[in-house]
Amino acid sequence: MASTTMTMAKALNEGLRRAMEKNPKVLLMGEDIGRLGGVFRITDGLQKDFGEDRVIDAPLAESAIVGTAVGLAIRGYRTVCEIQFDGFVYPAFDQIVSQVAKLHKRSEGVYTMGLVIRIPFQGGIGAIEHHSESPESYFAQTAGLRVVSCATPNDAYWMIQQSVEHDDPIIFCEPKSRYWEKGEVDLEGAPRGLFEAEVRREGRDVTVIGYGSSVKTMLRAADTAELEGTSLEVIDARSVAPLDLDTMARSVQKTGRLVVVQEAPHTASIGSEIVAELTERCFYSLRAPGLRVSGYHVPYPPSRIEDDFRPSVDRILDAVDRTMGYDS
Amino acid sequence: MIDEELVQLLTPEGLRNVNPDYESTLGRDEIVGLYRDMVIIRRLCNESTSLQRQGQLALWAPVQGQEAAQIGAGRALAPKDFSFPSYREHGVAWCRGVPPEDMLRVFRAVTTGGWDPQKYRHSVPTVVLGNQTLHAVGYAMGVQRDGAEEAVLTFFGDGASSQGDVLESFVWAASFNAPVVFFCQNNQWGISTPSSVQSRIPLSHRAHGFGFPGIRVDGNDVLAVYEVTRRALENARVGGGPTLIEAYTYRIGAHTTSDDPTRYRIDAEVEVWKHRDPLERVKSLLVREYKVNKATFEKVAAEAESLALKLRDDVLAMGRPDPITMFDHAYAAPHPLVDEGRREMVELGISGGSH
Repeated sequence: MASTTMTMAKALNEGLRRAMEKNPKVLLMGEDIGRLGGVFRITDGLQKDFGEDRVIDAPLAESAIVGTAVGLAIRGYRTVCEIQFDGFVYPAFDQIVSQVAKLHKRSEGVYTMGLVIRIPFQGGIGAIEHHSESPESYFAQTAGLRVVSCATPNDAYWMIQQSVEHDDPIIFCEPKSRYWEKGEVDLEGAPRGLFEAEVRREGRDVTVIGYGSSVKTMLRAADTAELEGTSLEVIDARSVAPLDLDTMARSVQKTGRLVVVQEAPHTASIGSEIVAELTERCFYSLRAPGLRVSGYHVPYPPSRIEDDFRPSVDRILDAVDRTMGYDS
Repeated sequence: MIDEELVQLLTPEGLRNVNPDYESTLGRDEIVGLYRDMVIIRRLCNESTSLQRQGQLALWAPVQGQEAAQIGAGRALAPKDFSFPSYREHGVAWCRGVPPEDMLRVFRAVTTGGWDPQKYRHSVPTVVLGNQTLHAVGYAMGVQRDGAEEAVLTFFGDGASSQGDVLESFVWAASFNAPVVFFCQNNQWGISTPSSVQSRIPLSHRAHGFGFPGIRVDGNDVLAVYEVTRRALENARVGGGPTLIEAYTYRIGAHTTSDDPTRYRIDAEVEVWKHRDPLERVKSLLVREYKVNKATFEKVAAEAESLALKLRDDVLAMGRPDPITMFDHAYAAPHPLVDEGRREMVELGISGGSH
């Protein structure tokens, strides 16, 4: 059994290594990713092993990191771009939305935009401003892009490889607060499909859906709820664009109750989309409206008070109580 | 207009100009060829403007006045090189072999692309200013990794020169010594914004600050543009790194058919530039130096005329696409939301089915 314990950071590192070993056209590009190994050390040691031509220390300009990756894609390379922090992706927004997302279409299928844009996202590490944001809905809104997020080391290891191999551009959101948490990684098993959700814990009463850092928080909430006699079914969305609505709907048809958890504010969010879609699909099964537990509609707060902004076990349980309070 | 830095091999009167650094390498037939290219692209451009005025195109971006800049640069490319245009490079597309009707598909609003960019080694139009310069540098970095002797040529204008992407592409090209040539057509007007608002120094000077050569060429002199671009591309192919070429020229027409240049510039300025016409000076040279006869010019004009008529027919034959085609190539792999949209369109009877 080729299973081993490692952190999510190490799992990403190993996944990238394996992707580079498999395909010599795979390149990494980003700020400080070579000699330093990235500010989170995700690419630690890769430049030493694969050389400066394949692990490229980029000048500090995000639009160019993504824009040159587009040109490399046209030439047949597959570049994994590292954006250092979520709040620094916006200078690249134009290239991502106007070019990365649209060039396959504009070239009538001739260009393959097989590139991955890795973004450490969400908060929880006590950082200063621009280092804790959740920009995933901006990208989910844009046709031509796909957005995924890993929540466990095993998913990190496999999903990064699947993303590199995929022919569509992928925004790969990494929950930075979980980088240093360990888990089992099955190095040989057949991975789950990249765009499939996964039921992390089965339950009867309420379906709770989230992704990234929220998955662990939801599981903790489920532990507590169980002590109080409420059974939560916890779903890790994994792919936020497209959403695996079939898996989610199956659960909601069983439980009749839905709570969605995310760090992003809820207006026009992934959570809003999940609630709208599941309301349409599961209308006659629902016993209460779907509720969202989100970040508040304010700029990300100073990190001394971030734990009162990010969805907590208590806030999830409060939403569970509210949804259980609807009688039908 | 004439300044000391400007590389010019042919005066507006069609007289040879001796330049210590550049010599024209072209003979009679090749110059006739460049003249033919310019006549054809001007004629096709005028036909396109007419088609727009007649309601057959949604928009047209005229190239008149910039024929020498585009043909000179386009013909300097080797077949294996790759070029990245903005949206006005019809002359370059012509040199790359893109069929004229394919250039007009975007303007007929039946597609967002128009041609196979890998087949012609000429990328699809880029409307967001300057985005393509980064694609060119990235492509050039791929060329380096392949160990290939190829160069990349990318086009932008004086307006786009203020865009962050263009300046970032200069940084990248310099840092990685990428085999790329930046070709800036300074046609002096970004819609209504004069180039003096974009830069207080000649745009070619910017290259020096990034650590690579910048050359200012008379953009209305096809011989000079050809030689300057050819040498920059050659230099790039053998590892000499990037060059910025500023082709100093003038947009005789409107920015696009939606623009009204009489609101922001005076006729006298346009008249001055009409006397610097890129076609007339080559014609003068051909008559005086090579004794090219009237029959040759008539033959070129007739060919341009027949291509224009064919273009008109081809454009008029482009019907409304089946709406279901909007779902094609949105993604490379199957996508549930695209499938859902396609299904709905068929169910509503908007389209008969998939392509």
